[in-house]
Amino acid sequence: MPSMIPGLERPAPVPNELTKPFWDACNEQRLVLQNCTACNRLHYPPAQKCSQCGAADKFIWKAVQGKGHIDVYFVIRDSRIRGFRSAQPINFAVITLDEDPGINFLSNLPGTPPGKVPVGAAVELMFEQTSSGQMVPEWRAI
Amino acid sequence: MANSTNWMRDREGLGLWEHRGKVAVVGWGQSHIDRRWDGVTMDRSCGGLTKEACLKAIADAGLSPDDIDGLITSPDTRAEQTWAPRPYFAPPYDTEDGITKCSAQWIQKQLGLPNVKYLKSDAPYIGPMMGLAAQAVGDGLCKTALVWYPMVNLEGRYGHNNPQNNKNEAPGPSAFTLPWGYQSGAMFNNLVVFQQYCKRYGKSHDGLAPLCINLRRNGLRTPWSYYALHEPYLITREDYLTARTIEEPLVIHDCDRPVNTCAAFIFTTAERAKDLRQKPVYVLNHCQNNNRGRSSMATLDEHQEACSSLARKMWQGSGLTAKDVDIFNPYDGYLTFTQQFLEGFEWHGVKHGEAHDFYAGDIRVEGPHPFMSSGGNNGTGRTRACLFSDSLEQLRGTAGARQVTVRAETALAGCNTPDSCGFMMFSKHPN
Repeated sequence: MPSMIPGLERPAPVPNELTKPFWDACNEQRLVLQNCTACNRLHYPPAQKCSQCGAADKFIWKAVQGKGHIDVYFVIRDSRIRGFRSAQPINFAVITLDEDPGINFLSNLPGTPPGKVPVGAAVELMFEQTSSGQMVPEWRAI
Repeated sequence: MANSTNWMRDREGLGLWEHRGKVAVVGWGQSHIDRRWDGVTMDRSCGGLTKEACLKAIADAGLSPDDIDGLITSPDTRAEQTWAPRPYFAPPYDTEDGITKCSAQWIQKQLGLPNVKYLKSDAPYIGPMMGLAAQAVGDGLCKTALVWYPMVNLEGRYGHNNPQNNKNEAPGPSAFTLPWGYQSGAMFNNLVVFQQYCKRYGKSHDGLAPLCINLRRNGLRTPWSYYALHEPYLITREDYLTARTIEEPLVIHDCDRPVNTCAAFIFTTAERAKDLRQKPVYVLNHCQNNNRGRSSMATLDEHQEACSSLARKMWQGSGLTAKDVDIFNPYDGYLTFTQQFLEGFEWHGVKHGEAHDFYAGDIRVEGPHPFMSSGGNNGTGRTRACLFSDSLEQLRGTAGARQVTVRAETALAGCNTPDSCGFMMFSKHPN
């Protein structure tokens, strides 16, 4: 099922060796992040080594709760990206993860009209399909 | 040494720059400026304009081509596309070199520079490139360096011809940004940070209007600028507030306008500078930021810390403090991030959350707080070099209608963004 947002054709993420576990989990509608077991720090997007302690071989993939809040947003009205030109105006929001607000995600807030974004509101995780069928995490206001 | 990124002064605790006051800028040349290349007029091509700028810089310094022994440039010309598959032209315009870039080898051959021993065509964008040039001269890789920065603008809508923006796939790091409409470049993340700034300090987008209006005013006082030559009129607050929206609240006047042009500079040793045509403008320090945020988007906290760290590096390396800086020309490619530099360096005492109030005061060149006397990229067209050339002119006392009335003995200039930039401290005096 394509995006809930009319006209949107999201470019499809291309997994690589580092990111495949993340994208595979998305296809199972699960959100997993790298966690450094040496210093207990979450990482998103995936990294080769821990940005806090520098460990390169201490990562495990940890399932996180899909709960967050809307930090800020703006409205895309003149996108350079082909798959978004047919969907604009479209929200572009930053979501902080409740489990660790230092982790943030991008979102187009499916279901929220452009420019009618409740900044500070709680959001919950959902997934949307991209052009290749690969699922990506999205967030909707609750 | 300037052969790798090890030359960068991107860490705190390095102390005074080892070449402080021993390197000087002695020449500057600015080519003609157009909105785009017409695809026909060869002396207005990247190569043609680069030759013009380089010859002007050499003449400005009172040097001859035989004096140049270093050539430094950047491939970061922002063309976003190649000339191909369209037919090329007769030599020397028979490849991309001369059309969408202009390498050291191309200029060496076209200008007939017989004594060049150091060539670097892969320098970073202009902020760190200027630092690299100063470091190369200081380190003795060359004695007199010709340094140029072309900006190329071909026909077509900017960014729409970037291949990455027209694919169905998002490879590599873009897999975590492109599917949500994030555009590479400085616009998106810095607009996020701007929105965080407004939220934290209770500010809004219209607080940028006085800055935008004044930049155009200064740009019109720059005889070679795009706006002075092609659109010689001021803009009003109403113009700004009703301008076409790009990414709401960002409007077209927040975005510097791509142009087709080139600027060139001559760096040499302080010793060699003594008997040249221009009074030397000495380099007291250069420093860089190469940071990355923790997560998808860098945050206001991270950008504020990046700018504070940049300032500490600049003070440590130059031996100056904020109150010593007379001229300040930070990057304004998008007006949303200029305030981060103003507050990070605390120029004229401006602290976090105070930039918009500062903009609403007297920032005219004839006033007490002549912020961005260059007119910036918003006021002159996106040359990026205007930040540096205005700094030179102010210290030389040759800025004409832009000449500030306050003291002009030191100048701080740099670009690009808070987390990725290179800045340089200039002085009329070597110490």
